[in-house]
Amino acid sequence: MLEIKNLHVTVDGKPILKGLDLRVGAGEVHAIMGPNGSGKSTLAYVLAGREGYEVTEGAVLYEGRNLLDLAPEERAREGIFLAFQYPVEIPGVGSNSFLKSAVNAVRKHRGLPEYDAMEFLKLIREKRDQIGVGEDMLKRSLNVGFSGGEKKRAEVLQMTLLEPRLAILDETDSGLDIDALKVVANGINALRAPERAILMITHYQRLLDYVVPDFVHVLSDGRIAASGGKELALKLELEGYISHRRPAAEPAATRPA
Amino acid sequence: MPRDNRTIPLPYADRFAAVATTLPGHELPWLRDLRAQAIERVRQLGLPTIRNERWKYTNLSSLAAVAFEPAVSEASSVSPDQLPSAIGGCRVVFVNGLYRPDLSAGPLPRGVTLTSLAELLREDPERARTLFGEHDAAADSLGALNLAFAADGYVIVLAADAAIEAPVELLHLTTLGAAAAAYHTRSAIIAELGSSATVIETFRHDAATVYWSQPVTEVRVGPGATLRHYKDQNEGAKAFHTAATDVRVSENGRYENFVLTTGAALSCNEISVVLDGRGAACRLDSGYLARGRQHADNTTAIVHAKPQTTSAEVYKGVLDDQARAVFQGRIVVEKDAQKADGHQLNKTILLSDRAEIDSKPELEIFADDVKCSHGAAAGELDEDALFYLRARGIGQADARRMLVEAFVGETLEGISNIAVRAAFERRIGAWMSAGAEPSA
Repeated sequence: MLEIKNLHVTVDGKPILKGLDLRVGAGEVHAIMGPNGSGKSTLAYVLAGREGYEVTEGAVLYEGRNLLDLAPEERAREGIFLAFQYPVEIPGVGSNSFLKSAVNAVRKHRGLPEYDAMEFLKLIREKRDQIGVGEDMLKRSLNVGFSGGEKKRAEVLQMTLLEPRLAILDETDSGLDIDALKVVANGINALRAPERAILMITHYQRLLDYVVPDFVHVLSDGRIAASGGKELALKLELEGYISHRRPAAEPAATRPA
Repeated sequence: MPRDNRTIPLPYADRFAAVATTLPGHELPWLRDLRAQAIERVRQLGLPTIRNERWKYTNLSSLAAVAFEPAVSEASSVSPDQLPSAIGGCRVVFVNGLYRPDLSAGPLPRGVTLTSLAELLREDPERARTLFGEHDAAADSLGALNLAFAADGYVIVLAADAAIEAPVELLHLTTLGAAAAAYHTRSAIIAELGSSATVIETFRHDAATVYWSQPVTEVRVGPGATLRHYKDQNEGAKAFHTAATDVRVSENGRYENFVLTTGAALSCNEISVVLDGRGAACRLDSGYLARGRQHADNTTAIVHAKPQTTSAEVYKGVLDDQARAVFQGRIVVEKDAQKADGHQLNKTILLSDRAEIDSKPELEIFADDVKCSHGAAAGELDEDALFYLRARGIGQADARRMLVEAFVGETLEGISNIAVRAAFERRIGAWMSAGAEPSA
């Protein structure tokens, strides 16, 4: 589904990604872990098409097409969804009307009939209870006055409504208490499907207790430094990222009792 | 401010002699004298130059370059089915500045009376006299020009304690003509004690004809009365629109004004409010949207003359291409106006590097126990917000429109009538859509 080959990206002339390789297949859940500054969010933004991220080398293929040729809205319509680490507050844009515009833009592209106001209301009632998004939240301006947890839940609601093929979650677990984390994790798990891939970007292992990945990758200094199964995340939790930043060093010999 | 005696002669003033005897009320000696004095004043003053502090950012010299002709009545040129749809039940129509009862529709709500200026001069010249006022030696040339040429207008009176729900609509249309027409309406809205009503004025022309519309409106809000006065300035692309509204609010009265500016090549919207009684309040909001080489000037002056008066002002604009806008907002708190509360905000989004906003707040505070604030900001559309919307599948043009509508939409918040607000929202959306099309 997604194939990243030798990706080099600079931001303001500064190299951030330095030869990243990654393959994500349909139905798979991947976790990308790494310390701050390793390039995790840059990877998320490059995949979503944000301006200011210059690809200097390498390629990104999505469903066999060159992803980097597509505008952000085209990527979204083709099924890429980025759950933002910091969802943007947009005063004056109503949450409900935004959701309807987004869902209908995507449906139109996919050759599906657009929802009218009544149909959409019904759909949203159904979904919002699953995610724990209150009706009052959707009456407000988009993300305005939402708590950190509410913002993340709103992102998961958007993801659920847009039914992406490739969902990229950028630190969706950060700033959540344990109850909110469970709600968000349930929302993500509900989206697991054979035709859908999920890429979770996270600093902590915590989310991975609830959304168990098929593959874990360690991003360090702009490249994938190690890849493995879910046990790699546990190992990182115990040992930290340090060993992967210095490939030559021996892993810590002992585990705390 | 430094005086500058340089002026721009206005050739149009010479057209006065040809039409003087056709103006309504020309048989009234006091009016003849007043008009003669006014036109003399226009000749003396000419148009102000940009060396005049008020007109520093708005150059009126293009008015002097057009051979305007005073507008004449064209009885048959508009048919009722050509009119845009109305918001409410009743609408009063003016064509080229002249009242057209044949095109006006629906009964006025109970408690509202409307008399055209021409009719008033015929039926009750003494009352009309108060509308023209005495010769004001300090009048500027635009004010004097209106006084001299005004051929029609309206006087709306809201009866004491009348609470009028349905909005009263006034539609000002311009028809196509060979010559560049100029018309000057002189109007008044008088809200008597305890009354409340909504008056919406629409200025509209769909073609690119050169003309000049110059409405002057006097508003009196009586004790405890509330007037909601909205304007949709959608003049033709080559039009000049210079409007002056002069408001006086008595104790516990309230004046709410909203202006949407999208039309005219050059527009000036001047509003002056005197909060003249304890507890008097005003709210002035506006959205100005301009593109191409449009120039939109908004100049307001609010005088807090009495204690416990409040004013709130939000002017927000969106400028594309080489459009230019001016906001000049003066707030004066007089010595006796303790506990006055005045807030002003001006924000502009520039969609192009070549668009320009000149924003000038002026606060003059002579009382010591007051709350006053002002803010001005200009910037681009929020790139983070734009990316967020696009990352959800919303196309770039739609995303821009959503953000612009949201930005300008804040200025509509004071409009409580849902149908009226929706009509303005549609107009803002239409302006954005028009910009998304490739220009011809």
